[in-house]
Amino acid sequence: MTEFLQHIVNGVSVGTIYALIALGYTMVYGVLKLINFAHGDVYMVGAFCGFYLSNALGADKDPSLTKALVVFVLSMIICGVLGVVIERFAYRPLRQRQRLTALITAIGVSLLLEYGFQLPSIKALGFPFPPGPTPRFFPQPFTTIEFDLSGVHLSNYDVVSFLLAVGLMLMLQYIVYRTRFGTSMRAVSFDSQIAGLMGINVNRVISGTFFLGSSLAAAAAILYAGSRPKIDPLMGLMLGVKAFVAAVFGGIGNVPGAMVGGLALGLAEEFVSGYTVSSYRDGIAFALLIVVLLVRPAGLFGTFRPEKV
Amino acid sequence: MDTSTPSAGPLRTLGLAGRSVTPLAVTFVITLIAYTLLQRAHADYPSIVLTVAGINIIMAVSLNVVNGFTGQFSLGHAGFMAIGAYTAAKIMLGLHHSQIVGLSPFISDQIFFFFALVCGMVTAAVAGLLVGMPSLRLRGDYLAIVTLGFNEIIRVIIENTPFLGQATGLSGLPRITTLVWVYMGVVATVMAARRLAESTHGRALLAIREDEVAAEAMGVDTTGYKVRAFVIASAFAGLAGGLLVHQIQLCTPRSFTFIRSIEVVAMVVLGGMGSVTGSILAALILSVGVEILRSVQEFRMVVYSLLLIVLMLTRPAGIFGTRELWDLLPRPFGRRRASPAGGTP
Amino acid sequence: MTTPVLEAKKVTMQFGGLKALVDFDLTLLPGELVGMIGPNGAGKTTAFNAITGVYPPSSGDVLVSGARVNGQRPYQICIAGIARTFQNIRLFKQLTALDNVRVACHHGRQAGFTAAFLRTAGFLADEARIARRAEEFLAVMGLADKRDALARNLPYGEQRRLEIARALATGPKLLCLDEPAAGMNASEKVALMDLIQKIRDQFGLAILVIEHDMRVVMGVSERMVVLDHGVTIARGSPQEIRANPKVIEAYLGDSYLEEKHMQVPVEAP
Repeated sequence: MTEFLQHIVNGVSVGTIYALIALGYTMVYGVLKLINFAHGDVYMVGAFCGFYLSNALGADKDPSLTKALVVFVLSMIICGVLGVVIERFAYRPLRQRQRLTALITAIGVSLLLEYGFQLPSIKALGFPFPPGPTPRFFPQPFTTIEFDLSGVHLSNYDVVSFLLAVGLMLMLQYIVYRTRFGTSMRAVSFDSQIAGLMGINVNRVISGTFFLGSSLAAAAAILYAGSRPKIDPLMGLMLGVKAFVAAVFGGIGNVPGAMVGGLALGLAEEFVSGYTVSSYRDGIAFALLIVVLLVRPAGLFGTFRPEKV
Repeated sequence: MDTSTPSAGPLRTLGLAGRSVTPLAVTFVITLIAYTLLQRAHADYPSIVLTVAGINIIMAVSLNVVNGFTGQFSLGHAGFMAIGAYTAAKIMLGLHHSQIVGLSPFISDQIFFFFALVCGMVTAAVAGLLVGMPSLRLRGDYLAIVTLGFNEIIRVIIENTPFLGQATGLSGLPRITTLVWVYMGVVATVMAARRLAESTHGRALLAIREDEVAAEAMGVDTTGYKVRAFVIASAFAGLAGGLLVHQIQLCTPRSFTFIRSIEVVAMVVLGGMGSVTGSILAALILSVGVEILRSVQEFRMVVYSLLLIVLMLTRPAGIFGTRELWDLLPRPFGRRRASPAGGTP
Repeated sequence: MTTPVLEAKKVTMQFGGLKALVDFDLTLLPGELVGMIGPNGAGKTTAFNAITGVYPPSSGDVLVSGARVNGQRPYQICIAGIARTFQNIRLFKQLTALDNVRVACHHGRQAGFTAAFLRTAGFLADEARIARRAEEFLAVMGLADKRDALARNLPYGEQRRLEIARALATGPKLLCLDEPAAGMNASEKVALMDLIQKIRDQFGLAILVIEHDMRVVMGVSERMVVLDHGVTIARGSPQEIRANPKVIEAYLGDSYLEEKHMQVPVEAP
């Protein structure tokens, strides 16, 4: 029984991370109908932002709550801006072109971030940027306290990151469903042309969407890095693909769907690799993806819109 | 694409078998001479570069059949390469110490290798059928993700199968791939692609690319044809895989990740989706470029990615677009081409 | 009793809560020329889509030459004998005019992929036959000199004619034309209507035409069907339809009817 509960705890813990990243994919797909391959790498950049900021503030030697918060919020902002910049220079010029062109560009941006960050560090900068391929260790913002609830291992990190993740998701729900911006975003995702004619500034909405999604990815990165501190430039790859699967499972373009999808994937991975062979863990996401796309491509909550002939 | 009717061309007099065999025979002679010269000169490095370039050409031209002719975005080509590679490797490892009675070990090995390569193509084709049949119902980006997913699943399965050497792979493969084999493969692939393009089947694929709904309304079994294109492309990917592993003498899953698939996609996109000559040229450029950048290895992928981005922003049609070099060649080498009465592509 | 080329029996198309087509009945005998009219959104293209298999009917039956084709894929229905053009032209833009028509000849091929790779005599004969057939149909539609032009470079009127040539080349028993005269000027429309008659006479096909231009469709059709909001509101000869108050109401509204005391509003062309 405790094993079962432990799996649930672990599954939810990693599932909330998937959910936060999946939200970025789903929102961008909603407004642009583009799979932003680079999103997983924005997550990676978020982790490194946290790394550099923590070191700059001396958080490893002298951790404090304020410093942790500053790192958290600043990283979110920096990645949000990165997302906006990527959209502005790599995707916006291609909006009128075939979707395939934008998809290939997205792959290009993804590779650029991954391999750009693996380049040897520039000496003149004073701090190790680009970080290079060797993994770095993310400094702990506060000391780990492990506790044991009737056999189930938990740490304060798990609790904090879960609460923060849920808090962020609730905030996003509020933004998407209760603010003018959120309504504009949903309008653009239904029909960007008409939305534009209705007076919505489509460019601004899309930029805003990228900002939101990318900042959530950064948040996810920092929360994750708290308990799994090893970071490297390729960390976004696997995680990005898995989060994408989660978004598709929930119904790509659907915000609550991404959250459900993330949790479902986290739990599925935990249970399957826990009770069978653990080395198949990475394959679960892909298997789930294929099953979803073949059985119900719209995902749990998505709607399949057939082409008008 | 061109509107002339395929005719037997300058090889008319040779008859069916002759028409197909002659280009291969000519290639055989030329590459044998080139190979012998390079061996004599101990020019190992250029030899290797040319071999790798040839394998990349096979990969790019075969992927072009799916991505270029049929307009379906496959991101999992390396997976089929893997299947062909492992099949061929297992066969060669099994047969390497046997010998056909009455033939020298060398000739015997060549025959085994041919058999291994063909088996690799068959298994890769079957894999293409299994993956393609359910996936090709999906549109654009979804298909891309599913094929990428299958590529990774194949890799994960290999990494977990002791029979296939798991993550360390199969080693001790004989180094039997030579320039001759690779370029015979290249010519076979290019001939197949060209003959496909200039046939009613090829036009059906192009129609699917242009407007799938209309193609279906005109009597083309779009799903069936998409699958067929996928199977053909996978078969040739299997050929490339078999050739590759017997060049590097190692068969590991690391050679067949989706990064490899993306590299092939980059070649097809650079050359122009739909242009066989474009794929050939792009494969050559990128293969040689990789070698030139070998001294600055870390920058290779960065350059690749920038190339993709800049290409998509400035010239998404690639170098050749959908045109072919042989459309511009004079009559004996090209085909009978009526003068275009319309605009330029 | 000749087998009808097409029998649509109580075909209903429902998309979610919307009934785009309700109990649509239509029987066409070989060689008939029937016009289908109705205001925008009446369900005319939906009827086409149901007949050609683009969407399977929610209920009802579609029979081609007596054989039920419900749920078959469009390419199978094409091979069974129904060809169509599209409301928004769907040509293969990057292909030449000749190639566009050659694709339509594809389903008649004998030689498979292997024969194509080996360039057998059978394959070469196929290709020659397809090329000849395609050239014939281009000539019928007056596009012989444009065989090598890219479809996207052709002027609008020629694109419409090319679409018809392409549909004809599939060798249909029934040709469905979806607003073939859209965007044409008056003289082009007259020429097109003459062409449609000529095609019917030359190839002996049944033709079903959706059109908005009353003059055009009434001049060409032997009988007509009128749809409004998915429902068939009238059938009959052009003269009967012209005088039918329900038709007038659908197009012009009931206030018009009142004003005119239900007089015949449409003048003879």
